[in-house]
Amino acid sequence: MDFTNIIGFSLQQAFGPTAILLCLAAIGLNIHFGYTGLLNFGQAGFMLVGGYSIGASVTVFSSSLWLGAIVGLLLCVVLALLLGVPTLRLRADYLAIVTIAAAEIIRQTIGAASFSSTFGGQDGITDFIGGFRANNPYETRKGIPGLVTWSAYDFYVMTVGWTLVALCCVVVWLLMRSPWGRVLKSIREDEDAVRSLGKNVYGYKMQALVIGGVIGGLAGIMTSLRSAAVGPSFFATDITFFAYTVLLIGGAARVLGPVVGAMIFWFLINFIGVVFSQATRGADPLIPAWIMDSQQASLMRFIFVGLGLMLLMIFRPQGIFGDRRELAIDAR
Amino acid sequence: MAFLAILAPAAAAHASPVESAASRTGTCQYEKRDDDTVHVKGCLRDDREDPAAPVEGVTVTVTDSAGEVVGEDITKENGIFDIPIPGDAVSALGKEFTVTIDESTLPEGSGLRDPDKVKVTVRFTTDSDQSVIFPIGDPLAGSTAKLTQALQLFVGGLVFSAVLAMAALGLSMIFGTTGLTNFAHGELITFGAIIAFAFDQLPGKISIGGLNITIIVAVLVAFAVSGVFGWLNDTVLWRPLRRRGTGVIAMMIVSIGLSLFLRNTYQYFTGAQSANYSQYASVTPWEIGPLLVTPKEIVVFIVAMAVLVLTTSLLRYTRIGKATRAVADNPALSSATGINVERVISIVWIGGAALAGLAGALLGLTQGFDYQIGFKLLLLVFAAVVLGGLGTIWGAIVGAFIIGLFTELTTLFVPAEFKFVGALLVLIVVLLIRPQGLLGKAQRVG
Repeated sequence: MDFTNIIGFSLQQAFGPTAILLCLAAIGLNIHFGYTGLLNFGQAGFMLVGGYSIGASVTVFSSSLWLGAIVGLLLCVVLALLLGVPTLRLRADYLAIVTIAAAEIIRQTIGAASFSSTFGGQDGITDFIGGFRANNPYETRKGIPGLVTWSAYDFYVMTVGWTLVALCCVVVWLLMRSPWGRVLKSIREDEDAVRSLGKNVYGYKMQALVIGGVIGGLAGIMTSLRSAAVGPSFFATDITFFAYTVLLIGGAARVLGPVVGAMIFWFLINFIGVVFSQATRGADPLIPAWIMDSQQASLMRFIFVGLGLMLLMIFRPQGIFGDRRELAIDAR
Repeated sequence: MAFLAILAPAAAAHASPVESAASRTGTCQYEKRDDDTVHVKGCLRDDREDPAAPVEGVTVTVTDSAGEVVGEDITKENGIFDIPIPGDAVSALGKEFTVTIDESTLPEGSGLRDPDKVKVTVRFTTDSDQSVIFPIGDPLAGSTAKLTQALQLFVGGLVFSAVLAMAALGLSMIFGTTGLTNFAHGELITFGAIIAFAFDQLPGKISIGGLNITIIVAVLVAFAVSGVFGWLNDTVLWRPLRRRGTGVIAMMIVSIGLSLFLRNTYQYFTGAQSANYSQYASVTPWEIGPLLVTPKEIVVFIVAMAVLVLTTSLLRYTRIGKATRAVADNPALSSATGINVERVISIVWIGGAALAGLAGALLGLTQGFDYQIGFKLLLLVFAAVVLGGLGTIWGAIVGAFIIGLFTELTTLFVPAEFKFVGALLVLIVVLLIRPQGLLGKAQRVG
């Protein structure tokens, strides 16, 4: 087994475009769940809105990608308002069920064959990133030769992506040290106490839902830039749960938690994936074929994600950076 | 998982259904051409006859995207229409044309199988001809046809609802007693389907008096083993968590981890393809009046209803049932009155998982199963439970029947691919108007 190669590949992924989109999705969830205690299980829905907006703006409306990005973020605001109005007054698990249902509604509708002439059905939309690609300043592969390199386009996506991540982190940091952020955290801790101080809890929750949703929309935009395509399968329910895992690894209610979490998560996922795929490859594989074939090997990483998420939540819910005392996660 | 897949470029999959129909009967022969034009062609046949009879003298028109008529043909005695597109193949590339059938020229007594499909849009993506199919059969227009269709869907909906109700009842009981919104409930459903399948695949048959009852035993085994699985779930995972005082939201996230873990583990063992049980894979339906009902649908419905009645009577009349409802209402108070809360919860887990497993086995029986059968159903189960009122017993059943019938009956008006979407929209609307659900108590929702 070639470990330099495996580490190199995993590192490439850990800093690559997919880690960025998971990171952005988790930053949005951090505002929802980490700071405000809102259990949004529909982050995939916000991502889908962002991702399809830039695709459709070019292919359907023959407009610019950049305009599509702005429209997409505005649509995320609308989606957050639509979701928040019926559910933010209810208990946390209701929000969870409604958001997960809403994300599926959007995904199944946009992927429906009835709209395939507009949104391409299950195939999704392609051929829309010309306007983005045209500004690529890089021409050759970048990185550390011999260990990890990225294609010029990936590196361009990464430059944009990590800049966005940095911006979002600064925004979250500034917001959460403001009086507004302190109200959010106290809503998470004791909603009734905040209400008794005369704060409009519903309004604050709504604002948090909108801001986190917009960052989720950014994650969706990064998704479609990464793949140069969007399709309904990119925004399945599981992506939301991956983002939760990312958040919990890094530590909820910490500004840099999602960043570190995304890198570690995506590094480990790829590491496990490559290790098992190499262990089952070849004429005389390390793991005999009757135990595991290469198809089964590709499932191992997701089995580990599930197991990891459970163990993390049970034994270290505060993640790497979090503070257990600050974050007594509980339903209300 | 799916999102990792890199999207293949949208391959234009214009399969030509006419050609497959032609190969079946062998009479639909098009004239061979050797020029640089493309045609829109097709072959009208009446599927009520066997072999399908060609339909002659029907007018078919082709219009371009601007609405201009570019060609027209009347079907020959072999049912074929063949309309050349003006210009050569290259100029037609990428253009869309609408093919319209003139319903009034169809022979007396026949109509389009799908009355809404008088127009078909074709698009040339290669330099080969495009085939169009218009299935012809009994005219379905008129209110009686719609009524028959509605009744048929209603019957299918009842069967589906009964199965959904079992799964929903399990989820609602577990929620009621422990406060856990179990996102891994879908995997309990799948578990039952897999156990039944595994038992069914074992070599040998079980029969009584020459009657092969392997599948019946398999479903019973699935029911029992699922109960054990539920007990394991509770004993290994959830009870220790309750002892630690883990919050409800933390447990919910743990259940998501469990769901991911179990779903991929199932796929590890069963693969991604869907499978059918050995028996009842295809059964000729009975005709009851205008309706078609398969025997297995009736069996599934009767079994599901019997189990539902049994479970609700147990909850209503037995000591342990009353204890369960007491725990659901107020765990602390019922503990103070001498009810062993942990024992009750343990029994609820066994019962809830057994119900879910039975639902999975029966669902697998009716429609075949894959490793995601429960996961795909999970949101509908949630919708049913929330609609009826989280934690209420009758609510789960009522909610399941509303959601089950709604998903089937909406296909009367919207394409079948939207039936889940409709059910989930109902869920959101109900939450907006009546957050505690139809039968829930108002104080349950904070």
